[in-house]
Amino acid sequence: MDSIKKAAGIIWILLGPLSIYYLVKTAAGEIAKKPVIDTRIQWIVFVVIFIPIAIGIMIFGYYALKGEYKHLPKNSAEIED
Amino acid sequence: MNQTNEAFSIRKVIAASSVGTLIEWYDFYIFGSLATVIASQFFPKENPTAALLSTLATFAAGFVVRPFGALVFGRLGDLIGRKYTFLLTLIIMGGSTFAIGLVPGYAQIGFFAPVIILILRLLQGLALGGEYGGAATYVAEHSPAEKRGYLTSWIQTTATLGLFLSLGIILITRHGLDEDLTRSISKFNDWGWRIPFLFSVILVAISVYIRLKMKESPLFARIKSEGKISKNPLKESFSHRSNLKMVLLALFGATMGQGVVWYTSQFYVMTFMESTCKLDFDQTRTIIIWAILFATPFFVLFGKWSDRVGRKWIMMAGLLLAIVTYRPLFGKLISITDTQAKTEIAEKKQIKNSFQILDNSNDTLHTKTTTQFFTDGTSLTETKTDTLYSTPGKVTLKPEIKTSKVLDTGNYWKIIGIVFIMIFYVTMVYGPIAAFLVELFPTKIRYTSMSLPYHIGNGIFGGLTPFIATLLSTIYTGDKLVGLYYTIIVAGICFLIGTLYITNKIDKDVSD
Repeated sequence: MDSIKKAAGIIWILLGPLSIYYLVKTAAGEIAKKPVIDTRIQWIVFVVIFIPIAIGIMIFGYYALKGEYKHLPKNSAEIED
Repeated sequence: MNQTNEAFSIRKVIAASSVGTLIEWYDFYIFGSLATVIASQFFPKENPTAALLSTLATFAAGFVVRPFGALVFGRLGDLIGRKYTFLLTLIIMGGSTFAIGLVPGYAQIGFFAPVIILILRLLQGLALGGEYGGAATYVAEHSPAEKRGYLTSWIQTTATLGLFLSLGIILITRHGLDEDLTRSISKFNDWGWRIPFLFSVILVAISVYIRLKMKESPLFARIKSEGKISKNPLKESFSHRSNLKMVLLALFGATMGQGVVWYTSQFYVMTFMESTCKLDFDQTRTIIIWAILFATPFFVLFGKWSDRVGRKWIMMAGLLLAIVTYRPLFGKLISITDTQAKTEIAEKKQIKNSFQILDNSNDTLHTKTTTQFFTDGTSLTETKTDTLYSTPGKVTLKPEIKTSKVLDTGNYWKIIGIVFIMIFYVTMVYGPIAAFLVELFPTKIRYTSMSLPYHIGNGIFGGLTPFIATLLSTIYTGDKLVGLYYTIIVAGICFLIGTLYITNKIDKDVSD
Protein backbone atom coordinates (compact mmCIF):
# COMPACT_ATOMS: atom_id res chain seq x y z
CA MET A 1 0.00 0.00 0.00
CA ASP A 2 2.82 2.39 0.90
CA SER A 3 4.45 1.90 -2.48
CA ILE A 4 1.14 2.67 -4.26
CA LYS A 5 0.77 5.84 -2.14
CA LYS A 6 4.29 6.90 -3.13
CA ALA A 7 3.89 6.06 -6.81
CA ALA A 8 0.55 7.90 -7.02
CA GLY A 9 2.47 10.99 -5.88
CA ILE A 10 3.81 11.27 -9.45
CA ILE A 11 0.23 11.51 -10.77
CA TRP A 12 -0.63 14.32 -8.32
CA ILE A 13 2.56 16.18 -9.22
CA LEU A 14 1.73 15.96 -12.94
CA LEU A 15 -1.87 16.97 -12.33
CA GLY A 16 -0.73 20.47 -11.25
CA PRO A 17 0.91 21.66 -14.50
CA LEU A 18 -1.65 19.77 -16.58
CA SER A 19 -4.56 21.60 -14.97
CA ILE A 20 -2.76 24.97 -15.18
CA TYR A 21 -2.13 24.40 -18.90
CA TYR A 22 -5.77 23.41 -19.56
CA LEU A 23 -7.09 26.31 -17.48
CA VAL A 24 -4.93 29.01 -19.13
CA LYS A 25 -5.58 27.60 -22.61
CA THR A 26 -9.36 27.53 -22.10
CA ALA A 27 -9.34 30.99 -20.48
CA ALA A 28 -7.38 32.52 -23.38
CA GLY A 29 -9.69 30.87 -25.92
CA GLU A 30 -12.88 31.97 -24.20
CA ILE A 31 -11.71 35.55 -23.65
CA ALA A 32 -10.68 35.78 -27.33
CA LYS A 33 -14.08 34.39 -28.35
CA LYS A 34 -16.05 36.88 -26.24
CA PRO A 35 -13.81 39.77 -25.12
CA VAL A 36 -16.28 41.44 -22.74
CA ILE A 37 -15.64 42.47 -19.16
CA ASP A 38 -17.73 39.66 -17.64
CA THR A 39 -15.85 36.94 -19.52
CA ARG A 40 -12.49 38.49 -18.63
CA ILE A 41 -13.29 38.76 -14.93
CA GLN A 42 -14.72 35.25 -14.73
CA TRP A 43 -11.71 33.63 -16.34
CA ILE A 44 -9.14 35.82 -14.57
CA VAL A 45 -10.76 34.84 -11.25
CA PHE A 46 -10.65 31.15 -12.25
CA VAL A 47 -6.98 31.34 -13.26
CA VAL A 48 -5.88 33.38 -10.23
CA ILE A 49 -7.56 31.14 -7.67
CA PHE A 50 -6.92 27.76 -9.27
CA ILE A 51 -3.17 28.23 -9.92
CA PRO A 52 -2.28 28.23 -6.19
CA ILE A 53 -4.52 25.18 -5.74
CA ALA A 54 -2.72 23.43 -8.63
CA ILE A 55 0.58 24.24 -6.91
CA GLY A 56 -0.94 22.81 -3.73
CA ILE A 57 -1.66 19.48 -5.36
CA MET A 58 1.92 19.37 -6.68
CA ILE A 59 3.19 19.87 -3.11
CA PHE A 60 0.77 17.16 -1.96
CA GLY A 61 2.14 14.86 -4.67
CA TYR A 62 5.71 15.65 -3.62
CA TYR A 63 4.92 14.77 0.00
CA ALA A 64 3.21 11.57 -1.16
CA LEU A 65 6.21 10.65 -3.29
CA LYS A 66 8.53 11.25 -0.33
CA GLY A 67 6.45 8.86 1.78
CA GLU A 68 5.18 11.55 4.14
CA TYR A 69 1.73 9.95 4.29
CA LYS A 70 3.09 6.64 5.49
CA HIS A 71 2.69 8.03 8.96
CA LEU A 72 0.06 10.60 9.95
CA PRO A 73 0.73 12.73 13.08
CA LYS A 74 -1.04 11.47 16.18
CA ASN A 75 -0.54 14.43 18.51
CA SER A 76 0.55 18.07 18.64
CA ALA A 77 4.11 17.21 19.52
CA GLU A 78 4.57 15.80 16.04
CA ILE A 79 3.94 19.13 14.35
CA GLU A 80 6.72 20.89 16.26
CA ASP A 81 9.30 20.19 13.54
CA MET B 1 -27.96 14.16 38.07
CA ASN B 2 -24.51 14.96 36.77
CA GLN B 3 -25.24 13.13 33.54
CA THR B 4 -28.51 15.02 33.12
CA ASN B 5 -26.71 18.34 33.59
CA GLU B 6 -24.05 17.30 31.12
CA ALA B 7 -26.65 16.30 28.53
CA PHE B 8 -28.50 19.60 29.01
CA SER B 9 -25.26 21.53 28.75
CA ILE B 10 -24.20 19.82 25.50
CA ARG B 11 -27.67 20.42 24.03
CA LYS B 12 -27.26 24.11 24.85
CA VAL B 13 -23.83 24.14 23.19
CA ILE B 14 -25.23 22.51 20.05
CA ALA B 15 -28.27 24.80 19.95
CA ALA B 16 -26.20 27.96 20.41
CA SER B 17 -23.70 26.95 17.76
CA SER B 18 -26.14 25.48 15.23
CA VAL B 19 -28.70 28.28 15.31
CA GLY B 20 -26.01 30.90 14.73
CA THR B 21 -24.41 28.94 11.92
CA LEU B 22 -27.80 28.29 10.33
CA ILE B 23 -28.53 32.02 10.38
CA GLU B 24 -25.17 32.77 8.78
CA TRP B 25 -25.92 30.34 5.94
CA TYR B 26 -29.40 31.85 5.59
CA ASP B 27 -27.88 35.33 5.32
CA PHE B 28 -25.35 34.17 2.77
CA TYR B 29 -27.86 32.32 0.56
CA ILE B 30 -30.57 34.98 0.37
CA PHE B 31 -28.14 37.18 -1.54
CA GLY B 32 -27.45 34.34 -3.99
CA SER B 33 -31.10 33.38 -4.30
CA LEU B 34 -32.09 36.98 -4.99
CA ALA B 35 -29.16 37.76 -7.28
CA THR B 36 -31.40 38.67 -10.24
CA VAL B 37 -33.57 41.07 -8.21
CA ILE B 38 -30.52 42.61 -6.54
CA ALA B 39 -28.83 43.05 -9.93
CA SER B 40 -31.83 44.96 -11.25
CA GLN B 41 -31.87 47.23 -8.16
CA PHE B 42 -28.17 47.88 -7.75
CA PHE B 43 -26.28 46.84 -10.86
CA PRO B 44 -28.00 48.20 -14.00
CA LYS B 45 -26.72 46.45 -17.12
CA GLU B 46 -26.50 49.67 -19.10
CA ASN B 47 -23.80 50.94 -16.71
CA PRO B 48 -20.60 48.95 -17.37
CA THR B 49 -18.98 49.84 -14.03
CA ALA B 50 -22.03 48.68 -12.12
CA ALA B 51 -22.08 45.49 -14.19
CA LEU B 52 -18.40 44.97 -13.33
CA LEU B 53 -19.16 45.39 -9.63
CA SER B 54 -21.99 42.89 -10.01
CA THR B 55 -19.63 40.25 -11.37
CA LEU B 56 -17.15 41.02 -8.60
CA ALA B 57 -19.88 40.76 -5.97
CA THR B 58 -20.89 37.36 -7.30
CA PHE B 59 -17.42 35.92 -7.63
CA ALA B 60 -15.16 37.63 -5.14
CA ALA B 61 -17.46 37.56 -2.14
CA GLY B 62 -18.77 34.04 -2.49
CA PHE B 63 -15.60 32.29 -3.41
CA VAL B 64 -12.36 34.19 -3.06
CA VAL B 65 -13.14 35.94 0.20
CA ARG B 66 -14.31 32.89 2.15
CA PRO B 67 -10.83 31.32 2.48
CA PHE B 68 -9.50 34.72 3.57
CA GLY B 69 -12.22 34.84 6.22
CA ALA B 70 -11.08 31.38 7.28
CA LEU B 71 -7.52 32.66 7.75
CA VAL B 72 -8.45 35.91 9.50
CA PHE B 73 -11.01 34.47 11.91
CA GLY B 74 -9.30 31.10 12.23
CA ARG B 75 -6.19 32.87 13.49
CA LEU B 76 -8.28 34.97 15.83
CA GLY B 77 -10.09 31.88 17.13
CA ASP B 78 -6.80 30.16 17.91
CA LEU B 79 -5.45 33.29 19.63
CA ILE B 80 -8.37 34.74 21.62
CA GLY B 81 -10.80 31.84 21.69
CA ARG B 82 -13.64 30.19 19.82
CA LYS B 83 -16.53 31.86 21.62
CA TYR B 84 -15.71 35.51 20.90
CA THR B 85 -14.58 34.81 17.37
CA PHE B 86 -17.72 33.09 16.20
CA LEU B 87 -19.75 35.71 18.03
CA LEU B 88 -17.93 38.34 16.00
CA THR B 89 -18.54 36.53 12.69
CA LEU B 90 -22.25 36.31 13.52
CA ILE B 91 -22.46 40.05 14.26
CA ILE B 92 -20.59 40.94 11.06
CA MET B 93 -22.79 38.64 8.98
CA GLY B 94 -26.02 39.82 10.59
CA GLY B 95 -25.05 43.49 10.37
CA SER B 96 -24.10 43.21 6.69
CA THR B 97 -27.29 41.35 5.80
CA PHE B 98 -29.50 43.84 7.61
CA ALA B 99 -27.63 46.72 5.95
CA ILE B 100 -28.18 45.21 2.47
CA GLY B 101 -31.90 45.41 3.18
CA LEU B 102 -31.57 49.13 3.89
CA VAL B 103 -29.30 50.34 1.07
CA PRO B 104 -31.15 52.65 -1.38
CA GLY B 105 -31.11 51.47 -4.99
CA TYR B 106 -29.02 52.71 -7.93
CA ALA B 107 -31.92 54.93 -8.98
CA GLN B 108 -31.71 56.83 -5.66
CA ILE B 109 -28.00 57.13 -4.84
CA GLY B 110 -26.35 56.14 -8.11
CA PHE B 111 -22.88 54.64 -8.11
CA PHE B 112 -22.68 54.45 -4.29
CA ALA B 113 -25.36 51.75 -4.26
CA PRO B 114 -23.38 48.99 -6.04
CA VAL B 115 -20.17 49.96 -4.18
CA ILE B 116 -21.88 49.64 -0.78
CA ILE B 117 -23.50 46.35 -1.78
CA LEU B 118 -20.14 44.97 -2.94
CA ILE B 119 -18.51 45.92 0.39
CA LEU B 120 -21.34 44.35 2.38
CA ARG B 121 -21.19 41.18 0.31
CA LEU B 122 -17.43 40.98 0.90
CA LEU B 123 -18.08 41.26 4.64
CA GLN B 124 -20.64 38.44 4.39
CA GLY B 125 -18.09 36.22 2.65
CA LEU B 126 -15.42 37.02 5.27
CA ALA B 127 -17.79 36.31 8.15
CA LEU B 128 -18.93 33.01 6.66
CA GLY B 129 -15.28 32.02 6.26
CA GLY B 130 -14.81 32.36 9.99
CA GLU B 131 -18.07 30.92 11.24
CA TYR B 132 -18.11 27.25 10.37
CA GLY B 133 -14.67 26.36 11.74
CA GLY B 134 -15.54 28.06 15.00
CA ALA B 135 -18.89 26.35 15.43
CA ALA B 136 -17.61 22.89 14.49
CA THR B 137 -14.56 23.25 16.74
CA TYR B 138 -16.62 24.59 19.62
CA VAL B 139 -19.09 21.69 19.51
CA ALA B 140 -16.39 19.06 18.96
CA GLU B 141 -14.35 20.36 21.88
CA HIS B 142 -17.36 19.96 24.14
CA SER B 143 -18.22 16.47 22.87
CA PRO B 144 -17.28 13.14 24.39
CA ALA B 145 -15.14 11.07 21.97
CA GLU B 146 -17.79 8.40 21.38
CA LYS B 147 -20.39 11.01 20.34
CA ARG B 148 -18.27 13.48 18.41
CA GLY B 149 -19.60 12.54 14.97
CA TYR B 150 -23.20 12.59 16.20
CA LEU B 151 -22.95 15.91 18.03
CA THR B 152 -21.05 17.76 15.32
CA SER B 153 -23.49 16.46 12.69
CA TRP B 154 -26.03 18.99 14.03
CA ILE B 155 -23.68 21.71 12.80
CA GLN B 156 -23.59 19.88 9.47
CA THR B 157 -27.36 20.22 9.04
CA THR B 158 -27.14 24.02 9.21
CA ALA B 159 -25.85 24.75 5.71
CA THR B 160 -28.68 22.78 4.13
CA LEU B 161 -31.26 24.12 6.57
CA GLY B 162 -29.99 27.66 5.92
CA LEU B 163 -30.72 27.11 2.23
CA PHE B 164 -34.12 25.64 3.17
CA LEU B 165 -34.94 28.67 5.33
CA SER B 166 -33.82 31.17 2.70
CA LEU B 167 -35.88 29.51 -0.05
CA GLY B 168 -38.89 29.25 2.25
CA ILE B 169 -38.80 32.87 3.40
CA ILE B 170 -38.30 34.10 -0.16
CA LEU B 171 -41.24 32.04 -1.46
CA ILE B 172 -43.53 33.14 1.39
CA THR B 173 -42.62 36.81 0.90
CA ARG B 174 -42.91 36.57 -2.89
CA HIS B 175 -46.42 35.15 -2.60
CA GLY B 176 -47.63 37.09 0.41
CA LEU B 177 -47.45 40.75 -0.60
CA ASP B 178 -50.73 40.84 -2.51
CA GLU B 179 -53.71 38.57 -3.09
CA ASP B 180 -52.99 38.66 -6.82
CA LEU B 181 -49.82 36.64 -7.52
CA THR B 182 -48.61 38.80 -10.42
CA ARG B 183 -48.96 41.95 -8.33
CA SER B 184 -47.33 40.23 -5.37
CA ILE B 185 -44.29 39.24 -7.45
CA SER B 186 -44.10 42.75 -8.87
CA LYS B 187 -44.14 44.24 -5.33
CA PHE B 188 -41.54 41.70 -4.25
CA ASN B 189 -39.21 42.68 -7.10
CA ASP B 190 -39.76 46.33 -6.29
CA TRP B 191 -39.32 46.47 -2.50
CA GLY B 192 -40.42 43.15 -0.95
CA TRP B 193 -37.02 41.51 -1.58
CA ARG B 194 -35.71 43.62 1.33
CA ILE B 195 -37.89 41.73 3.84
CA PRO B 196 -35.79 38.51 3.95
CA PHE B 197 -32.68 40.66 4.59
CA LEU B 198 -34.31 42.73 7.31
CA PHE B 199 -35.87 39.62 8.89
CA SER B 200 -32.36 38.34 9.51
CA VAL B 201 -31.76 40.91 12.26
CA ILE B 202 -34.32 39.23 14.53
CA LEU B 203 -32.68 35.83 14.06
CA VAL B 204 -29.22 37.27 14.63
CA ALA B 205 -30.25 39.15 17.77
CA ILE B 206 -31.64 35.95 19.31
CA SER B 207 -28.55 34.00 18.35
CA VAL B 208 -26.12 36.64 19.67
CA TYR B 209 -28.03 36.66 22.97
CA ILE B 210 -27.73 32.87 23.26
CA ARG B 211 -24.08 32.81 22.29
CA LEU B 212 -23.19 35.56 24.77
CA LYS B 213 -24.35 33.25 27.54
CA MET B 214 -22.06 30.42 26.43
CA LYS B 215 -18.69 29.64 27.98
CA GLU B 216 -15.39 29.22 26.15
CA SER B 217 -14.53 25.77 24.79
CA PRO B 218 -13.08 23.74 27.69
CA LEU B 219 -10.12 22.48 25.65
CA PHE B 220 -9.17 25.96 24.49
CA ALA B 221 -9.68 27.39 27.99
CA ARG B 222 -7.35 24.72 29.35
CA ILE B 223 -4.50 25.28 26.90
CA LYS B 224 -4.90 29.03 27.42
CA SER B 225 -4.60 28.68 31.20
CA GLU B 226 -1.54 26.49 30.69
CA GLY B 227 0.00 29.13 28.38
CA LYS B 228 0.08 26.67 25.49
CA ILE B 229 -1.87 28.59 22.86
CA SER B 230 -0.18 29.14 19.55
CA LYS B 231 1.81 32.36 19.13
CA ASN B 232 1.39 32.32 15.37
CA PRO B 233 -1.37 29.95 14.19
CA LEU B 234 -0.91 30.77 10.50
CA LYS B 235 2.79 29.96 10.61
CA GLU B 236 2.23 26.78 12.61
CA SER B 237 -0.61 25.67 10.35
CA PHE B 238 0.99 26.21 7.00
CA SER B 239 4.75 26.34 7.39
CA HIS B 240 5.21 23.22 9.50
CA ARG B 241 5.47 20.38 7.04
CA SER B 242 3.72 17.85 9.29
CA ASN B 243 0.65 20.09 9.62
CA LEU B 244 0.70 21.42 6.06
CA LYS B 245 0.57 17.88 4.73
CA MET B 246 -2.61 17.30 6.78
CA VAL B 247 -4.15 20.55 5.50
CA LEU B 248 -3.45 19.40 1.93
CA LEU B 249 -4.82 15.94 2.68
CA ALA B 250 -7.99 17.44 4.18
CA LEU B 251 -8.47 19.57 1.06
CA PHE B 252 -7.66 17.07 -1.68
CA GLY B 253 -8.87 13.94 0.10
CA ALA B 254 -12.12 15.21 1.59
CA THR B 255 -13.35 18.80 1.35
CA MET B 256 -12.96 19.42 -2.39
CA GLY B 257 -15.07 16.36 -3.23
CA GLN B 258 -17.57 17.17 -0.51
CA GLY B 259 -17.82 20.76 -1.82
CA VAL B 260 -18.65 19.79 -5.40
CA VAL B 261 -21.18 17.16 -4.31
CA TRP B 262 -22.83 19.63 -1.93
CA TYR B 263 -23.19 22.35 -4.57
CA THR B 264 -24.17 19.99 -7.40
CA SER B 265 -26.93 18.33 -5.38
CA GLN B 266 -28.41 21.52 -3.97
CA PHE B 267 -27.47 24.44 -6.23
CA TYR B 268 -26.50 23.23 -9.68
CA VAL B 269 -29.55 20.98 -9.71
CA MET B 270 -31.71 24.07 -9.12
CA THR B 271 -30.06 25.94 -12.03
CA PHE B 272 -30.32 22.79 -14.16
CA MET B 273 -34.04 22.32 -13.48
CA GLU B 274 -34.77 25.97 -14.22
CA SER B 275 -32.46 26.62 -17.19
CA THR B 276 -32.11 23.25 -18.90
CA CYS B 277 -35.40 21.56 -17.99
CA LYS B 278 -37.29 24.89 -18.08
CA LEU B 279 -39.15 24.03 -14.91
CA ASP B 280 -41.30 26.66 -13.20
CA PHE B 281 -39.55 28.96 -10.64
CA ASP B 282 -41.82 28.02 -7.72
CA GLN B 283 -41.85 24.27 -8.47
CA THR B 284 -38.05 24.25 -8.66
CA ARG B 285 -37.80 25.84 -5.21
CA THR B 286 -40.45 23.66 -3.57
CA ILE B 287 -38.79 20.51 -5.00
CA ILE B 288 -35.55 21.50 -3.27
CA ILE B 289 -37.43 22.38 -0.07
CA TRP B 290 -39.17 18.96 0.11
CA ALA B 291 -36.00 17.05 -0.77
CA ILE B 292 -34.05 18.92 1.93
CA LEU B 293 -36.77 18.24 4.47
CA PHE B 294 -36.69 14.48 3.84
CA ALA B 295 -32.89 14.22 3.59
CA THR B 296 -31.80 16.39 6.53
CA PRO B 297 -32.20 13.69 9.26
CA PHE B 298 -29.57 11.64 7.43
CA PHE B 299 -26.86 14.18 8.32
CA VAL B 300 -27.36 13.22 11.94
CA LEU B 301 -27.73 9.54 11.14
CA PHE B 302 -24.45 9.38 9.21
CA GLY B 303 -22.72 11.54 11.81
CA LYS B 304 -23.82 9.10 14.50
CA TRP B 305 -22.93 6.05 12.45
CA SER B 306 -19.44 7.49 11.85
CA ASP B 307 -18.83 7.25 15.60
CA ARG B 308 -19.15 3.47 15.23
CA VAL B 309 -17.60 2.68 11.85
CA GLY B 310 -15.26 5.65 11.29
CA ARG B 311 -15.63 8.72 9.10
CA LYS B 312 -13.67 7.76 6.02
CA TRP B 313 -15.75 5.08 4.32
CA ILE B 314 -19.07 6.86 4.76
CA MET B 315 -17.63 9.95 3.07
CA MET B 316 -15.94 7.93 0.33
CA ALA B 317 -19.12 5.92 -0.34
CA GLY B 318 -21.07 9.17 -0.74
CA LEU B 319 -18.48 10.44 -3.22
CA LEU B 320 -18.49 7.19 -5.20
CA LEU B 321 -22.29 7.04 -5.41
CA ALA B 322 -22.38 10.63 -6.64
CA ILE B 323 -19.67 10.00 -9.25
CA VAL B 324 -21.41 6.90 -10.62
CA THR B 325 -25.03 8.09 -10.57
CA TYR B 326 -25.04 11.84 -11.25
CA ARG B 327 -25.31 11.47 -15.03
CA PRO B 328 -28.24 9.01 -14.97
CA LEU B 329 -30.02 11.05 -12.28
CA PHE B 330 -29.69 14.34 -14.17
CA GLY B 331 -30.61 12.48 -17.37
CA LYS B 332 -33.80 11.37 -15.66
CA LEU B 333 -34.62 15.01 -14.83
CA ILE B 334 -34.42 15.79 -18.54
CA SER B 335 -36.58 12.85 -19.59
CA ILE B 336 -39.29 13.52 -16.98
CA THR B 337 -39.61 17.17 -18.00
CA ASP B 338 -39.31 16.58 -21.76
CA THR B 339 -42.62 17.70 -23.28
CA GLN B 340 -41.63 16.32 -26.72
CA ALA B 341 -42.25 12.85 -25.31
CA LYS B 342 -45.65 13.81 -23.87
CA THR B 343 -49.04 13.81 -25.62
CA GLU B 344 -50.57 17.23 -26.02
CA ILE B 345 -54.31 17.87 -25.60
CA ALA B 346 -54.53 20.08 -28.69
CA GLU B 347 -58.02 21.41 -28.00
CA LYS B 348 -56.94 22.86 -24.65
CA LYS B 349 -54.18 24.99 -26.15
CA GLN B 350 -54.50 28.67 -25.16
CA ILE B 351 -53.03 31.69 -26.92
CA LYS B 352 -53.26 35.16 -25.41
CA ASN B 353 -51.99 38.38 -26.95
CA SER B 354 -51.53 41.63 -25.07
CA PHE B 355 -50.38 45.02 -26.32
CA GLN B 356 -48.95 47.89 -24.33
CA ILE B 357 -47.99 51.26 -25.79
CA LEU B 358 -44.50 52.18 -24.62
CA ASP B 359 -43.94 55.48 -22.81
CA ASN B 360 -42.66 58.42 -24.88
CA SER B 361 -43.00 56.62 -28.23
CA ASN B 362 -45.52 55.21 -30.66
CA ASP B 363 -44.00 51.73 -30.35
CA THR B 364 -45.99 48.88 -28.82
CA LEU B 365 -44.86 46.02 -26.61
CA HIS B 366 -46.45 42.79 -27.81
CA THR B 367 -46.65 39.83 -25.44
CA LYS B 368 -47.89 36.49 -26.79
CA THR B 369 -48.51 33.78 -24.20
CA THR B 370 -49.06 30.24 -25.47
CA THR B 371 -50.02 27.52 -22.99
CA GLN B 372 -50.06 23.84 -23.97
CA PHE B 373 -51.54 21.10 -21.84
CA PHE B 374 -50.50 17.45 -21.85
CA THR B 375 -52.34 14.26 -21.00
CA ASP B 376 -50.23 13.60 -17.87
CA GLY B 377 -51.22 16.99 -16.40
CA THR B 378 -48.07 18.89 -17.31
CA SER B 379 -48.43 22.36 -18.81
CA LEU B 380 -45.96 24.37 -20.87
CA THR B 381 -46.17 28.16 -21.11
CA GLU B 382 -44.18 30.12 -23.66
CA THR B 383 -44.10 33.90 -23.30
CA LYS B 384 -42.79 35.77 -26.32
CA THR B 385 -42.18 39.50 -25.98
CA ASP B 386 -41.25 41.79 -28.85
CA THR B 387 -41.64 45.43 -29.83
CA LEU B 388 -43.88 46.50 -32.69
CA TYR B 389 -42.15 49.59 -34.03
CA SER B 390 -44.09 52.47 -35.54
CA THR B 391 -41.23 52.99 -38.02
CA PRO B 392 -42.07 50.99 -41.18
CA GLY B 393 -39.75 48.03 -41.81
CA LYS B 394 -38.17 48.07 -38.31
CA VAL B 395 -38.57 44.77 -36.45
CA THR B 396 -37.24 43.24 -33.23
CA LEU B 397 -34.21 41.19 -34.21
CA LYS B 398 -34.50 38.72 -31.36
CA PRO B 399 -37.79 38.60 -29.45
CA GLU B 400 -37.46 37.56 -25.81
CA ILE B 401 -38.86 34.07 -25.26
CA LYS B 402 -39.41 32.56 -21.81
CA THR B 403 -40.49 28.97 -21.35
CA SER B 404 -41.84 27.53 -18.13
CA LYS B 405 -43.18 24.05 -17.39
CA VAL B 406 -45.45 23.11 -14.52
CA LEU B 407 -45.37 19.40 -13.77
CA ASP B 408 -48.25 17.16 -12.74
CA THR B 409 -48.22 15.81 -9.18
CA GLY B 410 -46.80 12.37 -10.08
CA ASN B 411 -43.80 13.69 -11.99
CA TYR B 412 -43.31 16.45 -9.43
CA TRP B 413 -42.86 13.83 -6.69
CA LYS B 414 -40.62 11.71 -8.92
CA ILE B 415 -38.29 14.71 -9.24
CA ILE B 416 -38.41 15.31 -5.49
CA GLY B 417 -37.31 11.65 -5.14
CA ILE B 418 -34.37 12.19 -7.52
CA VAL B 419 -33.23 15.37 -5.77
CA PHE B 420 -33.65 13.60 -2.43
CA ILE B 421 -31.19 10.91 -3.60
CA MET B 422 -28.70 13.62 -4.56
CA ILE B 423 -29.03 15.34 -1.18
CA PHE B 424 -28.73 11.94 0.48
CA TYR B 425 -25.21 11.76 -1.03
CA VAL B 426 -24.55 15.18 0.51
CA THR B 427 -25.51 13.85 3.93
CA MET B 428 -23.02 11.00 3.50
CA VAL B 429 -20.06 13.17 2.55
CA TYR B 430 -20.94 16.13 4.76
CA GLY B 431 -22.44 14.53 7.89
CA PRO B 432 -19.19 13.12 9.33
CA ILE B 433 -16.76 15.71 7.92
CA ALA B 434 -16.72 18.13 10.89
CA ALA B 435 -15.63 15.37 13.26
CA PHE B 436 -13.11 14.18 10.68
CA LEU B 437 -11.56 17.66 10.32
CA VAL B 438 -11.51 18.34 14.04
CA GLU B 439 -9.69 15.06 14.70
CA LEU B 440 -7.08 15.87 12.06
CA PHE B 441 -5.61 18.94 13.79
CA PRO B 442 -4.31 19.86 17.25
CA THR B 443 -6.29 22.16 19.57
CA LYS B 444 -3.96 25.15 19.45
CA ILE B 445 -4.21 25.59 15.66
CA ARG B 446 -7.44 23.67 14.99
CA TYR B 447 -9.63 26.64 14.05
CA THR B 448 -7.12 27.94 11.48
CA SER B 449 -6.08 24.56 10.11
CA MET B 450 -9.55 23.16 9.51
CA SER B 451 -11.15 26.39 8.28
CA LEU B 452 -8.89 26.91 5.27
CA PRO B 453 -9.30 23.51 3.56
CA TYR B 454 -13.01 23.58 4.37
CA HIS B 455 -13.54 26.94 2.68
CA ILE B 456 -11.30 26.20 -0.30
CA GLY B 457 -13.19 22.93 -0.76
CA ASN B 458 -16.62 24.45 -0.28
CA GLY B 459 -16.17 28.06 -1.34
CA ILE B 460 -13.92 27.58 -4.35
CA PHE B 461 -14.38 24.01 -5.63
CA GLY B 462 -18.00 23.84 -4.48
CA GLY B 463 -19.14 27.42 -4.89
CA LEU B 464 -17.85 27.60 -8.44
CA THR B 465 -19.67 24.40 -9.45
CA PRO B 466 -22.82 26.06 -10.88
CA PHE B 467 -20.71 28.57 -12.84
CA ILE B 468 -18.21 26.07 -14.22
CA ALA B 469 -20.90 23.51 -15.04
CA THR B 470 -22.97 26.16 -16.83
CA LEU B 471 -19.86 27.44 -18.63
CA LEU B 472 -19.01 23.93 -19.81
CA SER B 473 -22.49 23.52 -21.23
CA THR B 474 -22.09 26.76 -23.20
CA ILE B 475 -18.70 25.64 -24.57
CA TYR B 476 -19.71 22.04 -25.40
CA THR B 477 -23.30 22.49 -26.47
CA GLY B 478 -23.88 18.94 -27.77
CA ASP B 479 -24.29 17.32 -24.35
CA LYS B 480 -26.74 18.78 -21.82
CA LEU B 481 -25.01 16.84 -19.03
CA VAL B 482 -21.48 18.00 -19.89
CA GLY B 483 -21.45 20.37 -16.88
CA LEU B 484 -21.40 17.35 -14.57
CA TYR B 485 -17.91 16.37 -15.73
CA TYR B 486 -16.46 19.10 -13.50
CA THR B 487 -18.09 17.54 -10.44
CA ILE B 488 -17.31 13.98 -11.52
CA ILE B 489 -13.61 14.72 -12.17
CA VAL B 490 -13.07 16.71 -8.94
CA ALA B 491 -15.01 14.17 -6.85
CA GLY B 492 -13.16 11.33 -8.62
CA ILE B 493 -9.71 12.73 -7.78
CA CYS B 494 -10.86 13.37 -4.22
CA PHE B 495 -12.19 9.81 -3.92
CA LEU B 496 -8.86 8.34 -5.07
CA ILE B 497 -6.81 10.54 -2.73
CA GLY B 498 -9.18 10.00 0.20
CA THR B 499 -9.26 6.24 -0.29
CA LEU B 500 -5.48 5.97 -0.58
CA TYR B 501 -4.26 8.35 2.09
CA ILE B 502 -6.95 9.01 4.70
CA THR B 503 -7.12 6.76 7.72
CA ASN B 504 -10.43 5.43 9.05
CA LYS B 505 -9.20 5.54 12.61
CA ILE B 506 -11.20 7.77 14.98
CA ASP B 507 -8.93 9.98 17.07
CA LYS B 508 -10.39 9.57 20.56
CA ASP B 509 -8.28 12.28 22.13
CA VAL B 510 -8.61 15.72 20.54
CA SER B 511 -7.35 17.55 23.61
CA ASP B 512 -3.71 17.55 22.43
